[in-house]
Amino acid sequence: MEIDLLTNPFYQRALATAGFIGFANGFFSGFVVLRRNALSVSALSHTMLPGIALGIFLTGALSQWNAFLGAMFAALLVGLGSVAVARGNRVEQGTALAVLYTAAFAAGIALLPKLDTRQELEHWLFGDIIAVGNADMWIAFAIGTFTLLITNLLMRPILLTLFEPNVAAAQGVPVKTMQYLVFTLLVLALVSSLQAVGCVLSVGLLVTPAATVSLLTDRTSALFWGGGLIGGVGSIAAVLLSGKFGIAPGPAIVIVLGLLFIAAYLFSPKYGLLAPKHR
Amino acid sequence: MIEPHHECCAHHGHHHELVIENLTVSYRRVLALENVSLATSCGNRVALIGPNGAGKSTLLKAIAGLVPRSSGTILWRGTAVKKWSREFAYLPQREEVDWSFPITVRGLVEMGRYPQTGWWRKFSADDTAAVDRALESLALTDLQDRQIRELSGGQQQRTFLARALAQEAHVLLLDEPFTGLDRNASQLLGDLLAKLAHEGRLVIASHHDLNTVPLLFDEALVLATRPVAFGPVTEILTPELIDRTFREPATRP
Repeated sequence: MEIDLLTNPFYQRALATAGFIGFANGFFSGFVVLRRNALSVSALSHTMLPGIALGIFLTGALSQWNAFLGAMFAALLVGLGSVAVARGNRVEQGTALAVLYTAAFAAGIALLPKLDTRQELEHWLFGDIIAVGNADMWIAFAIGTFTLLITNLLMRPILLTLFEPNVAAAQGVPVKTMQYLVFTLLVLALVSSLQAVGCVLSVGLLVTPAATVSLLTDRTSALFWGGGLIGGVGSIAAVLLSGKFGIAPGPAIVIVLGLLFIAAYLFSPKYGLLAPKHR
Repeated sequence: MIEPHHECCAHHGHHHELVIENLTVSYRRVLALENVSLATSCGNRVALIGPNGAGKSTLLKAIAGLVPRSSGTILWRGTAVKKWSREFAYLPQREEVDWSFPITVRGLVEMGRYPQTGWWRKFSADDTAAVDRALESLALTDLQDRQIRELSGGQQQRTFLARALAQEAHVLLLDEPFTGLDRNASQLLGDLLAKLAHEGRLVIASHHDLNTVPLLFDEALVLATRPVAFGPVTEILTPELIDRTFREPATRP
């Protein structure tokens, strides 16, 4: 039976997509962990739902493109909006983000009854990697490749900025530009995993892999490549296992990544709970 | 202990001068620094002293190009510094640094080479040698694989100094480097700054402990948004001046 599955084109596409998204988002999760803004990622992911709802509302139909564009538009609007509000020095960025994303989410909920595509919307909330079409796969590949390319090209200035923006600026790094860039790539990465794990669980793919690696090593570059490896291999394994256990692949991916994190938390040679005390 | 590649005034007849003229900085509409001028040269250790909010950190940041100037010029070796200079290194206050960042001592020092390597070029033998020299000269070679949180306060301060050396910076801008260090670590850092100045670098640091200023610095700038006095520490640190500068400003009109 398993042999049948593996030769099934849907299944093959699902595996390829899971592996690639897992790798690209796992790689990018390094930046999320370094920026210590996992919570804002979570807020942004919730913003994608009202974005999708808005996309449907405006165009009257649920399609790949208006869902992607709606999600991206909403996440960018709320995210950059929070940065802009925080520049006033009166409201902290986390506060601004919480205000804006809950407002957007509420607007999305208010909009939902007016749409007659609620059934399909569930698919965007939780993802459905088996239903990934060729177009979805190529969108995910394109976004992932773009993100990987840009971050690798600009790795040094981005790292300098994330570590200590003042020292980076004193070395001539355009700090503001780097901060906006990382933010934009973050939104792109979130959108790329919509199809696979849905908007709520996309946070898991963008935080967990590098969080796991950070328990295992102090090497900065390992966060990215190790995160990519864990994300990619974990996602493929999860899709394979999901059939066996009869659970949906999207949640399976996040569960597997979560279990790997817990394993690292317990057994990491240096930072694990069960590691011999070295201090 | 003098580095062979360091070409500065310790081994040349001429002095590299830093000249600041009429520097003014405002944050939004609040004046943070007004008409600060000073002239000094490498080989010196300059203390910035003054009460809280006097603009010590702002002056360091303005020299490093981190905050925009409203007016004024900064000349280094006779050339105007537009925004930032590779020869300036800024060392932040220790509490502003995220010490749990997953990076080793060596990794942090390597970041000092990025202005030389640019954004893409691989580390050359020269870069590696510069990092090795910097680690060596600050006695960090044995600690180079440690995560930066596993260091003591003095070692953390030295790691940032090593980063500045790897960058081949001539002007070191330190924000409260002695804060939070115990006596031994303070003494060690003081000796190091003396050595770095002796090798021909210009050290400029904000400092809040007036008692140690004469021990640790050659010159001092007393600030209270405006410059109050500038000169050799022995000449300007008079009791009246200190009293005048640090007196609580009248809060009621």
